[in-house]
Amino acid sequence: MKKIALPIVLVGVLAFYSLEKPIFESYTQKIPGTPVTFDMTPIEGGTFNMGSASSSNADEKPVHEVKIDPFWMGTHEVTWDAFELFLDKNYELAISEEPIGEIVDGLTRPSLPYLDMTFGMGKEHKPAIGMTQYGAIQYCYWLYLKTGIFYRLPTEAEWEYAARAGSDSKYFFGDNSETLEEYAWTSENSDGMTQMVGKKKPNPWGLYDIYGNVLEWTSDQYDPEFYKKTPKENPINPSTELYPRIVRGGSFKTPAEEISSAKRFVNDPKWKQLDPQIPKSQWWFPEAPFIGLRLVRPLNPPSPEEINAYYTAAPIADY
Amino acid sequence: MLTIPQHLLRTIKPRNDNFMKNTRRDFIKTSALATGGVIAANSFVLPGAYAAPAETHLKLALIGCGGRGTGAVFQAMETGHPIKLVAMADAFRDRLDGSLKPILDKYGADKVDVPEDRKFVGFDAYKHAIAEADVVILATPPGFRPDHFTEAVKQGKQIFMEKPVATDAVGIRKVLKAAEDAKAKKLNVVVGLQRHYQDNYRKTIAKIHSGEIGDIIGGQVYWNDGGVWVRPRKPEQTEMEYQMRNWYYFNWLCGDHITEQHVHNIDVANWVKKGYPVKAEGTGGRMVRTGKEFGEIFDHHTVQFTYEDGTVIHSECRHFPGAANRVDETFQGTKGTAYLSAGNHGVLTDYTGKKLYEHDRENNINPYQQEHNELWAAIVNGEYKFADAENGARSTMTSILGRYATYSGKVITMDEAINSDVNLFPDTLAWDATPKLVPNADGFYPHAVPGKTKTV
Repeated sequence: MKKIALPIVLVGVLAFYSLEKPIFESYTQKIPGTPVTFDMTPIEGGTFNMGSASSSNADEKPVHEVKIDPFWMGTHEVTWDAFELFLDKNYELAISEEPIGEIVDGLTRPSLPYLDMTFGMGKEHKPAIGMTQYGAIQYCYWLYLKTGIFYRLPTEAEWEYAARAGSDSKYFFGDNSETLEEYAWTSENSDGMTQMVGKKKPNPWGLYDIYGNVLEWTSDQYDPEFYKKTPKENPINPSTELYPRIVRGGSFKTPAEEISSAKRFVNDPKWKQLDPQIPKSQWWFPEAPFIGLRLVRPLNPPSPEEINAYYTAAPIADY
Repeated sequence: MLTIPQHLLRTIKPRNDNFMKNTRRDFIKTSALATGGVIAANSFVLPGAYAAPAETHLKLALIGCGGRGTGAVFQAMETGHPIKLVAMADAFRDRLDGSLKPILDKYGADKVDVPEDRKFVGFDAYKHAIAEADVVILATPPGFRPDHFTEAVKQGKQIFMEKPVATDAVGIRKVLKAAEDAKAKKLNVVVGLQRHYQDNYRKTIAKIHSGEIGDIIGGQVYWNDGGVWVRPRKPEQTEMEYQMRNWYYFNWLCGDHITEQHVHNIDVANWVKKGYPVKAEGTGGRMVRTGKEFGEIFDHHTVQFTYEDGTVIHSECRHFPGAANRVDETFQGTKGTAYLSAGNHGVLTDYTGKKLYEHDRENNINPYQQEHNELWAAIVNGEYKFADAENGARSTMTSILGRYATYSGKVITMDEAINSDVNLFPDTLAWDATPKLVPNADGFYPHAVPGKTKTV
């Protein structure tokens, strides 16, 4: 029984989630077969003003109204506790209380990095860092294979909508950067390293560390002109080039003053200069200990074909 | 006597007239001195850098076409000097092709001229590729380095070679011999222990050596992380091909991770201590990485290295997924402590907690690039500046000493270790030849057993 149970359960889970509307409230996701869990927070759909009129950054203009469909967002940034199970199949096998199944077994895992990708900052409850956008999406794929639930990266618009939590100010709590200390790990208070998630106050919608600690991946290509031509509903500017892509929220290295809900950060080829190999790793930025990810789960998932296309898009060679 | 021809230098540095005058003058001076039997300190006589009169590029050959070798070619090209990749060698044709494609894509046919008859495949490919070049990059798995380095020196080439430079004492002795020959021939040799080309290490260790934290009386060096790749066995592979594809897990090719990776940190200890240990004792084994796909190497080693002045340096390396990672070096002096890591850390602190020095971690140049910037500048300027091979060999030997100690479970002296005749290398290199280590009937490889295994 033990040997055949898992594929049947997996099919059952997939069927369940494609047929039944889940209840739209906070939940704790257990990673099957392991003691690891993470929390998801519902973000109601709505409209908001994206961008900033008062900012000195031209790429945050014009402010434009955007409609966003409902989704869950990770209450916290993804931590090494979960990410490392994905990183190393042998570790996952060692931890798992049951066979992981052929589908999960067959998933391509990240190349194991030649450097210590924690950069000496520790793992437990600390954000997973240094992954490429491809690596972040493949983590979502692994979670999908494990849970049957479509997890993905936020779009840039979803991220800003969630960070703003209904506000139009620089930060969700107003405009005073000194208050940020209560909510975020920035260059002023982080001691130069990532901090355990969830130790500061959350934003009004229940998201911890949405500013600071680590930059968070989005799915979008950076285009400074995008706000001039953006669609009004669920906008996305899909990534077609490796650089620059949108990352959001600032990190433990960012001064509070430079962080805001509207600020558009980007990835940089320099983050890979320390990679001694060619082609450079599709998985890791050895010089970016400040980039992490936060999950999104749309309330209404796309079709299985679209899900498959999202997860299996081939990475672009980097050299 | 061969030199860089003057027309080549003109092509290389058209904008710097002073440079050319100096070069010409020094060249004449050096030639005169040489004929008088005296070698000038900054001799411009570079036998390996000769190019035929019609050539305007320095010719480069890549030996070992993996990701690291390909990366090194990129770094050579990025120096901006007139370099042309003219030959490549690898045991496997697919690896060679996979390496050539990105190089050609990025740098184009002007800088990459590797026709079919200069693609060399197999165990003796290196000899042919070396012959085609002025400068060679040696980046195969380390077990081959002693023979490849010896050949490159014999052929009088300028050399960049990756660390580690051998996997056993037999290989180390070859490298030390060739290092002497390279010095005699004034061949620049840079070894890819890139911390020597990284600013935080250079500056912080210079301050340690100037006495900023007193005499160094202890230290700890670490490479603790999750491990590396496996390439699953394919039914058509001979045992030799399987081991070559999975070279990390076989000591004749890799030397175990205490040598292949941890040599970096052990080398930093030697650099800080300005010497090499006289003995080692330690513990190691296979604890979490026990499958048949993991060959013979251990997944952890803990070694105490004792230096001539009695200082003990603690060394630790492990491949434990899920455990805490640590890759860095710490030292204790009579007046303070040092912290160093490849993430551009370099911090000196006194025993009241006051920071004596902190290296600025922003905007540091990539040390992999810096190795090539400095090497190629020396070559192009006709200078003899780099003799990294001896330290590369002695630091590699230190890591091998550590392995000899953990594998045997005995206290091993450096004298015993460096004279060890335990030769891991196969008697014959051929796809149908049998390596010295073969799996048992269940597919598992025998591995060292402390107390039983003989290493010296």
